[in-house]
Amino acid sequence: MALEELSEAVQKGKAKIVKELVNQELEKGTPVDVILNDGLIAAMGVVGEKFKLNQIYVPEMLVAARAMSKGLSIIEPLMTETGVKPVGTVVIGTVKGDLHDIGKNLVAMMMKGIGATVYDLGVDVADAQFVEKAEEVNADIVCLSALLTTTMPAIEDVIKEFEKAGVRDKYRIMIGGAPVNQAFADQIGADVYTSNAADAAENAKEFLTKKYA
Amino acid sequence: MEFTKLAYESTDDFLYGICPKPVETRNGLVIGGGEMYPEVNFTLPPMNITKDTMPEVRRIYSEIIEGVLKKAYELHAPGLVIEFETLPEMTEHPEWGIEIHKILRDAMHNYEDKYGLKSAIRMTPNDLREMSRPPIMRSGKYWEAMVKTFEGSAKDGADFLSVESTGGKEINDEAIMNADLRTSIFALGCLASRDMKWLWTNITQIAKENGSIPAGDSACGFANTSMVLAEQGFIPKVYAAVMRAMVTPRALVAIENGAIGPSKDCAYENVYLKAITGTPITLEGKSAACAHFSPRGNIALAVPDLWSNESVQQVKLLSGFAPVVSTEQLTYDCRLMNIAAKKGHAKLMRDLLVESDCYLDPQAYVLTPENVFEISREIVKTSDPFSRTLNTARKTLEIIRRGLDKKELTIDERDLRWLDILESQVEEIPEDEEEFIEEMKDEVDETKYRPEEYGI
Repeated sequence: MALEELSEAVQKGKAKIVKELVNQELEKGTPVDVILNDGLIAAMGVVGEKFKLNQIYVPEMLVAARAMSKGLSIIEPLMTETGVKPVGTVVIGTVKGDLHDIGKNLVAMMMKGIGATVYDLGVDVADAQFVEKAEEVNADIVCLSALLTTTMPAIEDVIKEFEKAGVRDKYRIMIGGAPVNQAFADQIGADVYTSNAADAAENAKEFLTKKYA
Repeated sequence: MEFTKLAYESTDDFLYGICPKPVETRNGLVIGGGEMYPEVNFTLPPMNITKDTMPEVRRIYSEIIEGVLKKAYELHAPGLVIEFETLPEMTEHPEWGIEIHKILRDAMHNYEDKYGLKSAIRMTPNDLREMSRPPIMRSGKYWEAMVKTFEGSAKDGADFLSVESTGGKEINDEAIMNADLRTSIFALGCLASRDMKWLWTNITQIAKENGSIPAGDSACGFANTSMVLAEQGFIPKVYAAVMRAMVTPRALVAIENGAIGPSKDCAYENVYLKAITGTPITLEGKSAACAHFSPRGNIALAVPDLWSNESVQQVKLLSGFAPVVSTEQLTYDCRLMNIAAKKGHAKLMRDLLVESDCYLDPQAYVLTPENVFEISREIVKTSDPFSRTLNTARKTLEIIRRGLDKKELTIDERDLRWLDILESQVEEIPEDEEEFIEEMKDEVDETKYRPEEYGI
């Protein structure tokens, strides 16, 4: 019942209540992975489903994601101690020369919604920066975005940078943006192309679940 | 110049192809003088722009303009406007942007000399200033590169100077994701409007010195981004509808500081601008589906003076290259509109275009001539951009609510919920700008913008 209450609070974006309920669960001795999976991530699953069914908009998802983050910030330090596996780590950014960030921000938010730890490098990100960050945080997924036809080639440059560093196969590279499509993804050797933020998160979730099963 | 009343007495006179203050180019093309012309815009296919690829860039732009002009001539277009919107690299290296502009301009002159096809070019350097984060608005290498691009192309004969300026966008980007009208009002009414005054004073000066026409701005990164995200089901349509009207006071600053039109294509808010200022406008709608979808494909064609495709890549379709396809579509659209006007059916044509869209989406509903006039009258009741922006938000919400009460507009349940939320957001905003700015300074992430760049 208490976990359902926690899930409800996340769905409604009640951050303060989420913090209180997470602390209560910990005091009661509820395992960290149960709080994470049955409370926080399950709530975001419901929110994601409502979004898919056109019942809510992104701002409502953002409020829920913020509330979830508050809860997550309490249990994160305990996850390592208790041996709870992280959902996964994502590095995301808009490629060199491109300043568009709204689509990228949406993907970052959806990735947080599936419980992943997200490192957002921002816009106009140099090729090497993606590699450095992915290596530094031991990422699982690298997400690259471009909105201009003339910055699309920079996505390929980033992939080449990973190849040059000899670490290409360590990461799942996902790409997106208005002019990008599956053919382009195939051509440049990206692992995944998705046309929208919700699909990107779903694809990442599936991949991370299998990877850490 | 400050606008205190509308340029029109009656919506009956608010028509396409004609406006109270038409603009004439050096070669005698009159925009808003009774005939509607196509405005074609295009961009490169996927490729890098570097010193090494510039020969290919030149070749592609030459190929595009030849194809577009040939098609316009073959279809007996009575006139044509070309927009050249630079890509970031072309503004960072002004010599590249200026050179491409000249390639286009020379080809256009050539067609006019050889075949009598009258055309004009709109030069739109992209706003580079946001390359610095937080943006530096009034100095630095990015601003200097923009000035060089404006000046160089104006010297080379650019007819119209335009920009999609980004002042306040660094704050508004996040506001859009949250459908946060309060922050959007701060971004538009307090930040963007101050930037517009400074920016358009400068652009107007450059235009005057070089014989170009300061044409106008577009709040593309504000209202069109909202429209596209609403279309994708990400943010409420009612928020996007309010944003559309709410960017008008910002746009008005350009006109009050020297711009005379035709304002840029993607600024659907141009309809309010035309109602207030009487200056000619460009719009895009159903024939810009090559660039983005919209819920106002027909209504957008109701009152413009130029009709645009927004932008299209140089890619091959079954019939030919995409910019040539756009040229044909736009030319046929204009041909029909012009013949309808010639036969005295302009108002009927306008009303059909309006009614085919207006009840299906709040974003179209706020563009009907009657609603445009009502919102525009609210805008000119006050003179400062902040209160104009706040009043526009209130009036637009009132109009949407009234449309729902009258059962002529329908929106889905989640948008109904958001209408309530937006009304509450606006209610909490103080009337006094200084008080509001102080409140927002505490609320907005200070690492995202530089208040001093806006003089606040």
